[in-house]
Amino acid sequence: MAMLSENEHPVKAFGWAARDSSGHLSPFKFSRRAIEEKDVTFKVLYCGICHSDLHNVKNEWGITSYPVIPGHEIVGVVTEVGTKVTKFKVGDKVGIGCMVGSCHSCANCKDNLENYCPKMILTYGTKYYDGTITHGGYSDIMVSDEHFVIKIPDNLPLDGGAPLLCAGITVYSPLKYYGLDKAGMHLGVVGLGGLGHMAVKFAKAMGLKVTIISTSPNKKEEAVDHLGADGFLVSRNIEEMQSAMDTMDGIIDTVSAVHALLPLIGLLKTNGKLVMVGAPEKPLELPVLPLLLGRKIVGGSGIGGIKETQEMIDFAAKHNIVADIEVIPMDYVNTAMERLLKADVKYRFVIDIANSLKPI
Amino acid sequence: MKCLNQTHKVFFDSRSVPRAFWENGDEDVTIKILFCGVCHSDLHVAKNEWGFTNYPVVPGHEMVGTVMKVGSDVKKFKVGERVGVGVIVGSCKKCESCQQDLENYCPQTIFTYNSHYTDGTKTYGGYSDMIVVDERYVLRFPDNLPLEGGAPLLCAGITVYSPMKYYGMTEPGKHLGVAGLGGLGHVAVKMGKAFGLKVTVISSSPKKETEAIERLGADSFLVTSDPAKMKAALGTMDYIIDTVSAVHPLLPLLSLLKLNGKLVTVGLPDKPLELPIFPLVLGRKLVGGSDIGGMKETQEMLDFCAKHGIAADVEVIQMDYINTAMERLAKSDVRYRFVIDVASSLSQ
Repeated sequence: MAMLSENEHPVKAFGWAARDSSGHLSPFKFSRRAIEEKDVTFKVLYCGICHSDLHNVKNEWGITSYPVIPGHEIVGVVTEVGTKVTKFKVGDKVGIGCMVGSCHSCANCKDNLENYCPKMILTYGTKYYDGTITHGGYSDIMVSDEHFVIKIPDNLPLDGGAPLLCAGITVYSPLKYYGLDKAGMHLGVVGLGGLGHMAVKFAKAMGLKVTIISTSPNKKEEAVDHLGADGFLVSRNIEEMQSAMDTMDGIIDTVSAVHALLPLIGLLKTNGKLVMVGAPEKPLELPVLPLLLGRKIVGGSGIGGIKETQEMIDFAAKHNIVADIEVIPMDYVNTAMERLLKADVKYRFVIDIANSLKPI
Repeated sequence: MKCLNQTHKVFFDSRSVPRAFWENGDEDVTIKILFCGVCHSDLHVAKNEWGFTNYPVVPGHEMVGTVMKVGSDVKKFKVGERVGVGVIVGSCKKCESCQQDLENYCPQTIFTYNSHYTDGTKTYGGYSDMIVVDERYVLRFPDNLPLEGGAPLLCAGITVYSPMKYYGMTEPGKHLGVAGLGGLGHVAVKMGKAFGLKVTVISSSPKKETEAIERLGADSFLVTSDPAKMKAALGTMDYIIDTVSAVHPLLPLLSLLKLNGKLVTVGLPDKPLELPIFPLVLGRKLVGGSDIGGMKETQEMLDFCAKHGIAADVEVIQMDYINTAMERLAKSDVRYRFVIDVASSLSQ
C-alpha cells in the first residue's frame, strides 16, 4: 500500500499516517498530484490536531480507509500557483480546513454552503475527483483547488490560527446562523475543550455574556480568569443549574458523549436555542414539553462554507482571536492522541510540521 | 371581583356541580357560550393523564358565543357581538412575554380550565353555558366564520398557525410536511395551502389518503410504513409540523427535511423522544416546539382564516353525547373535531 501511495502522483510527499485501527501514526511516504491551473501548492508549517482526527485514525465511525493521513487544520506558505489562480500568489500565508472539493453546481455550493454539498470532498480520507484518496495536513505539502484555500491575514499567528480552520468555523457558523451573535445576549457553552474555548472567545468578541457549563469544577478558574468567561456552572450541581434556569438566549453544546438535554433546555429563556456541534453517536433523549412551553429549539451545525470560513478568519484576525495551543513535534503525535483522548490539553495540540516533520 | 356560588348543570353526569360565577368586573366580558370544541387536551385533563387535574374540572377551551354584558372599562366589545375564548384567560401582563403579546409564554399564564385566578379560585372551561373573561383574553369572532367550524381554531388553529409564522413556514412554493392527520393536522393542511405551500400529509394510516388529498387539498400523502415512498421523499421538505402525540421516531421525519429544515413539534408525547444528533449536524436541521399563541396572534389567525375560508371539519354533538365523543376521540374516530352545541343542549 505504501508503494502504491508513493507512486500514485508525480510529486513526492511525506507525512505521518495511521495504517490500522490501532490509530498508531508513523512516517509515511506518499505523493501529491501535479498542480493544475486552478490549484495552489503550499508548504505546510503547522497542523492542528482535531478530535475528528482521533476518531478517524481509530475507525470509530466505521468509514476509515487505511492508510490515512489526518489533519484538517492546516496552515502554510504558498510555493506555487496554477496558471488560472487569481486569489493567491507565492509567499502568501494560507490555510485549508475540512474540505478540498465539492460539486460547484448544486444549490448548496451556489449558496456558499459547500460543507452541505452531497459531493463534498473532505481534506482526508475521501475520494478525490481523480479517484485517489485525499491525504491531510500531517504532511509536508498540500495541493488544493484555490477555491478551498483560505487567506490568513498577516497579523494572525499561524500556530494559534491553525485550529480556527475547523474548531473556529465549527462554532462561528452556528453563532451567526442561529442569531447568537448580538451584543448583550447570554450564551452558554457546554464543554471546555477545543471547540468550547473557541466558542467563548468568539462570543466574547461579539459582545455576549458567556457562561461555561462543565462537569469539571477544576476548569472554573481557567475559564473565568484566563478565557474571560463571565460565569461557570458545574452541570452536576443541581442548585447552580436551577438558579441559572431561564437565563440564556442560546447554548453551544460541544460535548460528543451522550448526555442529558433536559437541564440544558431548562437554562434557555423563551425562544432559546440549543445548538449541537458535537455529535454523539447515539440518539439523545429529547423531552418535548420543555421545548413547547418555551418555544425552544435544538438545532445542529457542521463546520461552515468557504466564504464563511474566510469571514471567520478575518474576524479572528481583527479581534486577535487564536486558539490556546500546545505546540508539539511530529514524533509526539501518538502521545498527543492519547492525551487528547483524556482531554488532557489546553485546548488544541498543533504540530510544528515545518520544524519537525523529517522525511525518512 | 366578587364570587357567587351558583349551580349549573355540567357534563360527565347530570348532578349539578357547584361552580363559581363571577360578577362581571370593569374589564370583563360575560359571554353566553354557543359552541365549544372538544380538544384532545380536554380528554387528557379529564382523565388526569398529565397528573395535575384538580377535580371537579369543566374542560373546554375552544368556545364561541355572544357577549351578554361588558364591564365599564371594556373597549373592544359590545353586547351582542360574536366572540371566542381559547386556552388562556389570564396572565401577569407585566413580564417580557406579556409585553410582547406572548401571553402564552408568561410564567403566570392562567388557563381557561383547571387553573387558578390570582385570588385562588378555580377556572372553569367551555363545556358550560357562560363564562366571564377579562377582555384582553377574548377574541373578536369574524362574521364570515361559521361558529361551529370556527370554534376549534381557538386552540387547534392557533397551535399550528403560530409556529408556521414563527418558524417561517409561509413562503409560497415551499414544501410543508404535516405529520398526523387529526384536529391539529387537518387545520395545518388548510393553513399550509392558504400560505401557498405544497403540503404532504405524513401518516401511519393509508386509509386517510383519499380524504387528505380530495377533501383537505393536500398535494400528496406519505405512509410512514412504506419504505420505498419514504426513501423517495428523503430531503424534500422545507419544514414539518409534527402533531403526533404518541411517542414516535424522529429520525424518519428528520430525514425528510432538506438542508436547514425545521421539524416543529406541537403534539405532546408523555415520554421523551429519541433525538439523533448526526442528522441535525450534517443538515443544519432543527427540532423546535411551540405552544398555542398569544392573544394578538390568535386574533390575527382568526382574521386570516376568515379571509381564506378556513374552518375546522367538525362533527356537532349534543352535550349528553360527550362521554361517547371522548371514547371515540381516544381512538381518533372523528373527522376531525367534535364541537358541542352548548346553547341548544346544555340547559339549567
